[in-house]
Amino acid sequence: MCLGIPGEIVELLADREDFAMVSVAGVKRVVNIGLLEDEELKAGDWILIHVGFALSKIDEAEATHAIRMLEGMGQAYTDELIALAKSDLSE
Amino acid sequence: MRFVDEFRDAEKARVLSARIAELCEPGRQYKFMEVCGGHTHTIYKHGLEDYLPETVSLVHGPGCPVCVIPMGRLDDAIAIAEQPDVIMTSFGDMMRVPGGRGSFFDSNAAGADIRMVYSPLDSLKIARNNPDKRVVFMAIGFETTAPSTALTLKRAKAEGLTNFSCICNHVTIVPPLRALLDSPDLRLDGFIGPGHVSTVVGARPFEFIPADYGKPIVVAGFEPLDVLHAIHMILTQIKEGRCEVENQYARVVPYDGNPRALQVMSEVFELRPHFEWRGLGFISQSGLKLSAAYAEFDAERRYEVPGVRVADPKACQCGEVLKGVIKPWECKVFGTACTPEHAIGTCMVSPEGACAAYYNYGRFASERAVV
Repeated sequence: MCLGIPGEIVELLADREDFAMVSVAGVKRVVNIGLLEDEELKAGDWILIHVGFALSKIDEAEATHAIRMLEGMGQAYTDELIALAKSDLSE
Repeated sequence: MRFVDEFRDAEKARVLSARIAELCEPGRQYKFMEVCGGHTHTIYKHGLEDYLPETVSLVHGPGCPVCVIPMGRLDDAIAIAEQPDVIMTSFGDMMRVPGGRGSFFDSNAAGADIRMVYSPLDSLKIARNNPDKRVVFMAIGFETTAPSTALTLKRAKAEGLTNFSCICNHVTIVPPLRALLDSPDLRLDGFIGPGHVSTVVGARPFEFIPADYGKPIVVAGFEPLDVLHAIHMILTQIKEGRCEVENQYARVVPYDGNPRALQVMSEVFELRPHFEWRGLGFISQSGLKLSAAYAEFDAERRYEVPGVRVADPKACQCGEVLKGVIKPWECKVFGTACTPEHAIGTCMVSPEGACAAYYNYGRFASERAVV
């Protein structure tokens, strides 16, 4: 729950305010970006996702570090990805 | 150094380790608290204590949201879940947490409809798709997850959803740290500050730690080198006679946090006068409830709840673990009656709990420590 998972924004969803399509561990997910409305987000930006919400914008190097560390966590990261995969925030 | 081979930055770690040793005054003992369960996980996973001199010890703090939920709050949620037409929802980490009357899993087996969700927005969607049901979200977590609950409630209000409510167990990070610093049980020399919660609150709220208590705090990232670097920064402050908030994780944590998240939280929540923490007791102004503007979504107003304080099992020493007074392996039931599969205490249930982290990764270190 407290794991921050990096994702890369694929596109901002024009028809859904505050939501973006984000690539997380190679899978496209809908993520809420309402907490980053002060940032000018665009496709290609990396974000740290908690419970379906982008909590901070990060750079690609940080994303790479974080993914490497998460992969090293084993089951806890796998469980988080499974939970994320079951979550469907698209309407 | 059991995990050294898995640790790609081992050479850098050894350099930091040597520098840390150089900073320690001969004969002086240092005790630092890592506030966040994520750091505890990193420390055990990578055997970081092996990189520290014997005079530097790390104690685990209260920064595990599942661990600090008291039994009575879980019993309240189960009482709501047992009411007709209710679908209770919560994060997966909560499902096995033992309450006075069992866990969410036990209650599910007995016929209640309790569902795991990844996001509070999943809970909202369940409410939308089940207009004949009453959907309740069991919200837990520090400021890391509280803004997400807040935005979800704003959305529920905007949509006019009447079958959605929230039992709010969100807590804030500063009051328990103050309580620990006021406690005579523990003498700390500094803090490794929490990473993710600080992306929301920033590093500024920790300024009271050097200002009022004369202790350094360094907000740190979650990689092994981040944690070692933070320890190096704390010891450098001590060596130089400085005492301040430093931000080792500035690549993610802005000093003033996420202003939008803070604004949404202040709109949707207000402080409770008191909130009970498992093991730490009641702490003033440490818990959040829904503000008057969101009262209609407050499950504690909608439903009758027992609201009874339930004492932890006598054998469980989670409280002392959460306060850093004992190490996980010093608990009487650690690894015997209490394991991740059959947990008595929350610190063993949550993957971020110190006991679970120790059980999974730290037993080799504890064997050395015991010998």
